[in-house]
Amino acid sequence: MIALIVFGAVFVFALGCSIAMLFAKNAVHTALFLVGSQVALAVAFLLQGAHFVAAVQIIIYAGAIMVLFLFVVMLLGVDRSEVLVEPLPAQRQVALGLGTLLAAGITYIALTSVDLIGADRTQALAAINRDPGNVLAVARTLFSRYLLGFEATSVLLVTAIVGVMVLARRVDSVTSLSASTPSSEEREVA
Amino acid sequence: MSAILDFIGVEFIVALVKAIVVFAALLLTTILVVWFERKVIADMQSRVGPSRWGPWGLMQTLADGIKLFFKEDFRPQGADKWAYALAPVLAMVPAILGFAVVPVGGVLGFGDTRVGLVGSDLNVGILYFLAMGSINVYGIVLAGWASGSKYPLLGGIRSTAQLISYETSLGLSLVPIALVAGSLSTVQIVQAQAGTVGNVTFFDGIPVLEQVSSLFRFIPNWFIWSQWPAFAIFFISGIAETNRAPFDLPEAESELVAGYHTEYSGIRFALFFLGEYVHVVVISAMAVTLFFGGWDGPIFPFLSWLWPLIWFTLKTIAFVYLFVWLRATMPRLRYDRLMWLGWKRLIPGALLWIMVTAVVNTAGIDRGVRLAVFGALFLLVLGFVIRGDPRQKTAVSPQRRVSSGAA
Repeated sequence: MIALIVFGAVFVFALGCSIAMLFAKNAVHTALFLVGSQVALAVAFLLQGAHFVAAVQIIIYAGAIMVLFLFVVMLLGVDRSEVLVEPLPAQRQVALGLGTLLAAGITYIALTSVDLIGADRTQALAAINRDPGNVLAVARTLFSRYLLGFEATSVLLVTAIVGVMVLARRVDSVTSLSASTPSSEEREVA
Repeated sequence: MSAILDFIGVEFIVALVKAIVVFAALLLTTILVVWFERKVIADMQSRVGPSRWGPWGLMQTLADGIKLFFKEDFRPQGADKWAYALAPVLAMVPAILGFAVVPVGGVLGFGDTRVGLVGSDLNVGILYFLAMGSINVYGIVLAGWASGSKYPLLGGIRSTAQLISYETSLGLSLVPIALVAGSLSTVQIVQAQAGTVGNVTFFDGIPVLEQVSSLFRFIPNWFIWSQWPAFAIFFISGIAETNRAPFDLPEAESELVAGYHTEYSGIRFALFFLGEYVHVVVISAMAVTLFFGGWDGPIFPFLSWLWPLIWFTLKTIAFVYLFVWLRATMPRLRYDRLMWLGWKRLIPGALLWIMVTAVVNTAGIDRGVRLAVFGALFLLVLGFVIRGDPRQKTAVSPQRRVSSGAA
């Protein structure tokens, strides 16, 4: 019963935040609404008994990625007015079409498989949470069945990090920090 | 009555009572910690400290709190209304929520109901603690931005960089603990530290040192012995997370007025203040839980349920004292030194230590060998961490200055 009330509140909050995110004018407000929606999703994961996913959702999405977004928004300045000219032609039309397709897909799944979050599945999850524990169960699945995907993702992330380091690298080394030549201040792309 | 009880469930009522007790206790603790800090600092600076109201000036914080409540709540013209109001709340609430996974005692029995003296025994307790810490960043970031003023913005940007950097090493320093304890639950981590180190065969056969071995039977089996480097990294990052000296750059008075909370007054400022002190208590309590056996300690027959609480409180107070001590003795770090320490010493050190723990902790390795390897590698990591900044030696060397002058 309590779970149902919490679920209702989370549902309303997540949806409200997502809608407000779309209509907010200020970039910082948009980011904040996104954080609110992510935290609400974390609570929804908790309700499902997925403790690990809930914690990771907050640490990674709300805690790391969105803070970085805010940081960038703050550094670049949010007082700038929005650019109304769209760089991609027919972007809105394509987005609308793809969005409708996605909504249709979700509706189809929701209509055809009613038992998606049925009682037997939540009970199975509860049993797993009791016996090996949530973290262990996630670890076993991740490092056995989905190992290849997991490793591929980490390679992808490392590639991205190396790419960023190469792009943002300053040519001058630490030792020449005290040198007062103006060229050492220049940023070069390797 | 029983119908209502069935409807909402006993578990819910227990959880509610726990939440209220933890909240009230933390607020009371904050009042005491503020007083404690002022008294200790005063003592270290040969002053008297608060002494007017109550015994030893104990009620001074309460007076300050009442003053803050009745002060005018001022908002600058250029401030962002909603974010400005949200920031102090986000600075305080996650700090309090973080305490929910700290076990302060064993299990109490009320008739048939067994109540664990912990807010919630989550099986992802450590991750929850980290998650709350990461939400805490928003309070400071938003305060800096929403004030619509220069110095708070600078303080906010500084703090974002600082907190993101030190959150990484804080998280990494907890991985070895999870490896050693085999669990992310704080309750199970405390249970894993129960008992004593026990028989150590390491010095057997050596005449004098053989007596030393018997001493190990009295030493509690806390993680601090094998996880000393992880503790050092955890505590340094913890201080940085709480924005306290020597890592109080976001609110450096001499440079940024009061940093991110420059424009805050009255009750909103009080919330920031409260958040910082609750955070200090939570980091101290977490250090005790993860490295110093939590509520573990000798339990005497009379009032046996009270002893764990007493040991936990005493250990936590010791760490709060350490926080205050550091504030009284350490000068503030320069910004580049702060970043250097975080990224070039703590994070590589933490990664190295995770690797060492993972290798040494593998099943099948003898316990004596394990202890020896831990000890040797501990010294290695320590040397690596405290070796110092090579840049400091080269950047301001007189030789370089001469050569650049000649050019």
